[in-house]
Amino acid sequence: MTATAGARTTLRPHDPDNLVEVDDLKVHFPIRSGLFKTVKGTVKAVDGVTFEVRRGETLGLVGESGCGKSTIGRAMIRLREPTAGTVRFDGVDLTSLKSGALRRMRRRMQIIFQDPYGSLDPRMTVGSIVSEPIETHRLAKGAAKKERVAELLRLVGLDPKYVKRYPHEFSGGQRQRIGVARALAVEPEFIVCDEPISALDVSIQAQVLNLLTDLRSRLGLTYLFVAHDLSVVKHISDRVAVMYLGKVVEVGPPDQLYAAPGHPYTRALLSAVPVPDPVSERKRKRVILKGDVPSPVNPPPGCRFHTRCWLYERLGKPENCRTIDPPLETIDGQHRAACHYAAEALKTDVGVAHLEHVQVRRGTPDAALALLEAGKADAVTEAEVAAAAPAADTGAVVS
Amino acid sequence: MPSDSAGTGADSPTIIELSPEEARRVDAEGSAVGPERKADKLLQVRGLSTHFFTPDGVVQAVDDVSFDVDYGETLGLVGESGCGKSVTALSVARLVPNPPGRIIAGEILFDGVNVLKLSDDNMRRLRGKEIGFIFQDPLTSLNPTLTIGYQIAETVREHLGLSRKAAEDRVVELLAKVGIPRPKERLKDYPFHFSGGMRQRVMIAIALSCDPKLILADEPTTALDVTIQAQILELIQRLSDEFHTAVLMITHDLGIAAGMCDRVNVMYAGRIVETGTVDQLFEEPKMPYSWGLLDSLPRIDDLRGDRLRTIEGLPPLLISPPDACRFAPRCSFARDICRTDEPELTSRTTEDHLARCWGTEPGGWIS
Repeated sequence: MTATAGARTTLRPHDPDNLVEVDDLKVHFPIRSGLFKTVKGTVKAVDGVTFEVRRGETLGLVGESGCGKSTIGRAMIRLREPTAGTVRFDGVDLTSLKSGALRRMRRRMQIIFQDPYGSLDPRMTVGSIVSEPIETHRLAKGAAKKERVAELLRLVGLDPKYVKRYPHEFSGGQRQRIGVARALAVEPEFIVCDEPISALDVSIQAQVLNLLTDLRSRLGLTYLFVAHDLSVVKHISDRVAVMYLGKVVEVGPPDQLYAAPGHPYTRALLSAVPVPDPVSERKRKRVILKGDVPSPVNPPPGCRFHTRCWLYERLGKPENCRTIDPPLETIDGQHRAACHYAAEALKTDVGVAHLEHVQVRRGTPDAALALLEAGKADAVTEAEVAAAAPAADTGAVVS
Repeated sequence: MPSDSAGTGADSPTIIELSPEEARRVDAEGSAVGPERKADKLLQVRGLSTHFFTPDGVVQAVDDVSFDVDYGETLGLVGESGCGKSVTALSVARLVPNPPGRIIAGEILFDGVNVLKLSDDNMRRLRGKEIGFIFQDPLTSLNPTLTIGYQIAETVREHLGLSRKAAEDRVVELLAKVGIPRPKERLKDYPFHFSGGMRQRVMIAIALSCDPKLILADEPTTALDVTIQAQILELIQRLSDEFHTAVLMITHDLGIAAGMCDRVNVMYAGRIVETGTVDQLFEEPKMPYSWGLLDSLPRIDDLRGDRLRTIEGLPPLLISPPDACRFAPRCSFARDICRTDEPELTSRTTEDHLARCWGTEPGGWIS
């Protein structure tokens, strides 16, 4: 075993500012094969991760597929049993709870899934989907329950008259709203949002993202926001954690982490994100990572990223990258990165050079926005219509 | 190389300079290929309408769409699901499933040839040879029961008439070109041996195997992770430059469009609503739907908790859409005229920047 920062013998003391505390969490999946289903290996989906989610904050968790981000989300509300380590919710170790106590605790934590199609039972009406958790936790009955369901639907922007409808009658964005209403039904404090907008179209993504932002401030929610899209995560998060192969490699406030990433992997990710701006796209120098992510069955020794790391190559393949797994170390304030050569990474502009020049260039021009502000956008005067569409007006005479 | 040494066919109205790669290719392949340019533009789509005849009614998936793709150019088709961008590309290759789909009107000229009038045999010859395809999901577009080597060789043997040995050499060369390590050893591997990114490289190898003039890339990186996406986009860009291949890039990702395309068509509800160079579209979009798309994107320079301006509502059903601006019901700027008359695509900042919007026309109420 290589030395890791996560290898601790005593648990850190509970900090009341933290809603969820994760210590040296490991989630391993056995690979079984053959007639007797003998264990042939272990997928180390999450392999020693320590972090916390503070009350009222949104922690973004980004990484590529297979890095373990969704598994962490599930383990944090014990939908997956951790192999090792602890998850404490409000100071209580979830891994020690028995079923009754766990169910009571679950009321305080909920999850919104990625797939708005697969996560809703097609044979249940919207009303029964949203009221099921209310019944499970015996929160309301009869008329009060009905009123609560209607209130929840209004809260997520759906018309309560749709309670009798089935999921297939809704669009993807509306289904995701139903999923949000179901999560909110038990008045949770903490919600794991597992890629909640990845399956949606751009304009619908923005609607759901706004909804989650509004609900957060209205209800004082704490989110773990799991996503692969760095722009979305930056938009919604107070702090961002970047994962690679079962480990958190960098964590910090988005302003610092996106402007001056300390981990070469974060820089590679940022260099790869397409930016909707042709000018910065032309300036962009992509860090093309060689090959694919290594298998989590046999992660590389030392720093897991060294097999694809551009900085490792640039520094002449230093030995400690191959032998010592770097712990998360403070760069500045809350900004921490797990790289032996974070200081070297910070000296470069790799991955972020093109972002410095991104201007705040929005779609709707200022003049048009001003028109909307003035409330004149859709007010019609005949003169304006005539000016706007002379051809159409001469063609058809309006009596 | 001066172009006239390669010879231009009688049907070519203009003499065109060949780039070094073109010259090399013409030299290598002799007069069988003939002149590179047989028409003014590589692809000319005029008034294309593709409708789907379903039990619920006629879905006007693509309605009166016209655009050009120049030789070697990358044109983006962007829009949200159901806007008709994929059906447009399928129509170009005559791959619209029939029934229920049918191209009911329009003209598609590919390198001077009217695609819609070709016999099925000739069309098959065109597909794969002159037009290559890269689809979103490389797992389902490759045959799981055939080796990678066989699947690429099949294309080159069919279209280029190469011998088994020559085909194998060509396959190894192609696999090396798309960045597959130890290509000779991978020939006998099956698609499941490859990761998603590697499978997409194989797809690109097949697409490029016959030196096509056009590649239809339908969301080629949507199923891939962002670092793998970067590899694949870089590969498509590099190879299309090297072979002077035109690309019709279908994507919902405006970032990809900004980075890959020379020009972009924005589609909404079966119609092109704006078209222009990539700079015009991102710097001076002239259609509220384009604004809405750009507004909806969280940006890397956003502050936490900023509300995004969104497009409210949903795209319309394409069964008997009204004779009006199709975006009007969701447009914050719409006025009466937008709900009664459909605007034409008319020019804005320049001749080739067109938008379909009453409000942003010269003298319109949105400046």
